[in-house]
Amino acid sequence: MSVLVDKNTRLLVQGMGKHGTFHAMGCRDYGTKVVGGVTPGKGGGKIEGFPIFNSVHEAVQKTGANCTMIFVPPPGAADAIMEAADAGLPLIVCITEGIPVLDMVKAAEFLKGRTSRLIGPNCPGLISPGEKAKVGILPGHIHMGGPVGVVSRSGTLTYEAVGQLTALGIGQSTCIGIGGDPIIGTNHTSALELFNKDKATKVIVMIGEIGGSAEEDAAAYVKKNVKKPVIGFIAGQTAPPGRRMGHAGAIIAGGKGTAEEKMKAMKAAGITVVRSPADIGAAVAKVLKIKKK
Amino acid sequence: MKIHEYQAKTLLASFGVPVPKGKTAFNADEAVEAAKGLGLPVVLKAQIHAGGRGKGGGVKLARTIEDVESLAKNMLGMMLKTHQTGPEGRKVRRLLVEQGMDLEGSRELYLAIVVDRVSGAPVFMASSQGGMDIEEVAAKDPKAILKEVIDPAVGFQPFQARKLAFGLGLPPEKLAQSVAFMQALYRAFEGTDSSLLEVNPFLILRDGSYFALDAKINLDDNALFRHENLHQLRDLDEEEPLEVEASKYSLNYIKLDGGTVGCMVNGAGLAMATMDIIKLAGGAPANFLDVGGGANAEQIRNAFRILLADPDVKAVLINIFGGILRCDVLAEGVIAAVRDLGVKVPVVIRMKGNKEEEGKKMLRESGLNFLTADAMNEAAKKVVAAASEGARA
Repeated sequence: MSVLVDKNTRLLVQGMGKHGTFHAMGCRDYGTKVVGGVTPGKGGGKIEGFPIFNSVHEAVQKTGANCTMIFVPPPGAADAIMEAADAGLPLIVCITEGIPVLDMVKAAEFLKGRTSRLIGPNCPGLISPGEKAKVGILPGHIHMGGPVGVVSRSGTLTYEAVGQLTALGIGQSTCIGIGGDPIIGTNHTSALELFNKDKATKVIVMIGEIGGSAEEDAAAYVKKNVKKPVIGFIAGQTAPPGRRMGHAGAIIAGGKGTAEEKMKAMKAAGITVVRSPADIGAAVAKVLKIKKK
Repeated sequence: MKIHEYQAKTLLASFGVPVPKGKTAFNADEAVEAAKGLGLPVVLKAQIHAGGRGKGGGVKLARTIEDVESLAKNMLGMMLKTHQTGPEGRKVRRLLVEQGMDLEGSRELYLAIVVDRVSGAPVFMASSQGGMDIEEVAAKDPKAILKEVIDPAVGFQPFQARKLAFGLGLPPEKLAQSVAFMQALYRAFEGTDSSLLEVNPFLILRDGSYFALDAKINLDDNALFRHENLHQLRDLDEEEPLEVEASKYSLNYIKLDGGTVGCMVNGAGLAMATMDIIKLAGGAPANFLDVGGGANAEQIRNAFRILLADPDVKAVLINIFGGILRCDVLAEGVIAAVRDLGVKVPVVIRMKGNKEEEGKKMLRESGLNFLTADAMNEAAKKVVAAASEGARA
C-alpha cells in the first residue's frame, strides 16, 4: 500500500532532453511503467525505447498515461504543467527548478477547479518502494518498502532521513518531496491528509524548513486529525534572517518563518520534534519499538 | 535580486507612477550639480541595499549648496549601519539627490504588492500607517493592514483599488487618481516580474498630489531571463565578493558571521541541516554552501576554493548525499582541489549514496590526510573538534 503512485502508475515524461531521458530510464529501471515522452515537434520517434509524442493529449490518448513528470526548462515549465492538467492527468510531478514565481501563480490558478494534483515544482518527486513505483529523481536503492510515510520540502535531506530509516531496517510506504519553492502544488498538510488515510502508513515523518507557515498549518491539521505518530524536523535552525537559503521559499522574513516558531507549533500539536537531523531514524524506531542494531 | 531605491523609482516612473524628481551622484561635485538642477532644498539619500537608512543617518535634508557639498562628502564612503546591514554597516557609494518636498499637512501611507504563499497569488497591501516599520504595525495591529488578493488571470481590478482607497480614507474626489496610482504599481510589479514591490511612504501632499517617496523592488531571479534590461541593475558592490564569485559557477554560497566550520553540501535542505548539526555539536558554521544536485568535479573544485578563501574557516565539513551526484565524482573533485590549492585546514568528508564505496576508496588511496565519517553527527563532532584545535594553533 502507498499513496499517489503504485503498480498501476503509467508514467509520461515531459521534456525528453538529457535529464528527462536519464531519469525516465531511472524510473523504468526501478520498476515503474514509463509509457512515453513528450517533446513537441519530435513526435513519432523513439528515445531509449520510449515512444515520443507531440502533445500530452496525444500521449494520454495513445498510452493511457495517468501520471507525468516534468523536466521542461524553466521558461516553459508552467506551460507544461497547464498542458498536463488540460489533458486531465490526475498526477503531475514537476521536477524543474527555477520557474518564475508569477508563472507558477498562473499555473496554480489554472489548476484550481481541475482534477489534477501537482507535486512540486523544484522537487525530487515521490516513490513508493513496496510498489516499485518511482516518479522523479530520488535514488531508488536507498529505499525499502514499509510503514513510514515521509514528506519533505527538500531532496537530499529526505534521502538522509530515508537512509537512516533503511539502515535501521525500517521501510517506507511513500516518500514525497513537495519542493522548496514558495508556490507549490501539494503542501505538507495535503500530504499529511494522504498519509493519514493510507492504511499502510503507520508513522509519518515530516521534514520542513524555515520560511512561510506551511509547517504551522500542518501542525494544526495534525493536532485536529492525525492519530498516527508524527516525527518532525525543521532545517535552518541556525539560518540568519533575511537570507534566502538556497530554496526560494527558505527565508526568514519579517521575523516570521523561523525554525523555533515552527518547532514550537509542531510540539504543541503532539509531534515528536527532533533537533538534530541525525536523530530522525532513531525517533521513528522508538515509536515503532525497533531496537537499534 | 535587490536593486537600489533610485533604480526602483526609475522603473516605477516608466510605468506611470509619480516619483519625486531626482538624480544620482557618485561624488560631491555631482551632488552639487544635481542640487543646482533640481533647486533647493534637496534631500540626500544614501543608496544601499538595506532598509532603515533614515534612522542610521543615511537621509539628510540640505537647504544650501554648501550643505549639499559637505553632507555629500560625509555620506559618501561612510559605513551606514541600519538594523538590516549587520554591525559593520554598509559602505555608501552613491547618493540619490532628490527635490525636497513640503511635508506640511501631508499624509504618509503604505502600499505594497507581494506574492503570498498561502493564497498562491499576489496580494496588494495597504495601510494608513506609512513611514513606519510595517512589520511593527502588522505585529501590533494586523487590522491596520488592508489586503486584496489579486486574481492572476485578470490582474488587479479597479474595484479592488477603490476598496483600498476608501479603506485608507483617501479623499473621494481623488478616487480616479488613487486608482490610477495603484494600478500603475501593479503594472510595474507584473511588468518587472517582482517578488516584492513596496512604496513606504506613499506620500500625499497638502495640494493633493501623490508621490512614491521611497520605493523598494525585489526582482524574481528566476524571471530575469526575460528581462534583458533589468540584469544591468545588479550592483555587485552590495554583495559579498565570495557570494558573487560562487554565483559564477552556479553555486549557492552565503557567508555567515562568526563561524569557523566551512561546509560544502549538496541540496539546500541538507545544507541547512548540516549547519544545524554543527551548532548542536558545539561549533559554528562559517557558511551555507549548496553545490546543487548535479555538481561536476570542476564545480566541486571551485566550491572548495571559495570556501577556503574565507579566512575564518578553520576546518571543512563536506557532507554529500549522492542521489544524482555521484560520490566518486565528488571524491575526484575534492582530491584535485586539495592538491591544487594546497589546503592547510583539516577536511572531514562524509558521503553516502550513489558510488559511495568507489568514492571512499579514492579518498583512501589519494595519500591525502582526510578525516572521514559515516554518520552526520560523527562528522559534525570531528569537524568541530578539528576547528577548535585549528583556532588554538
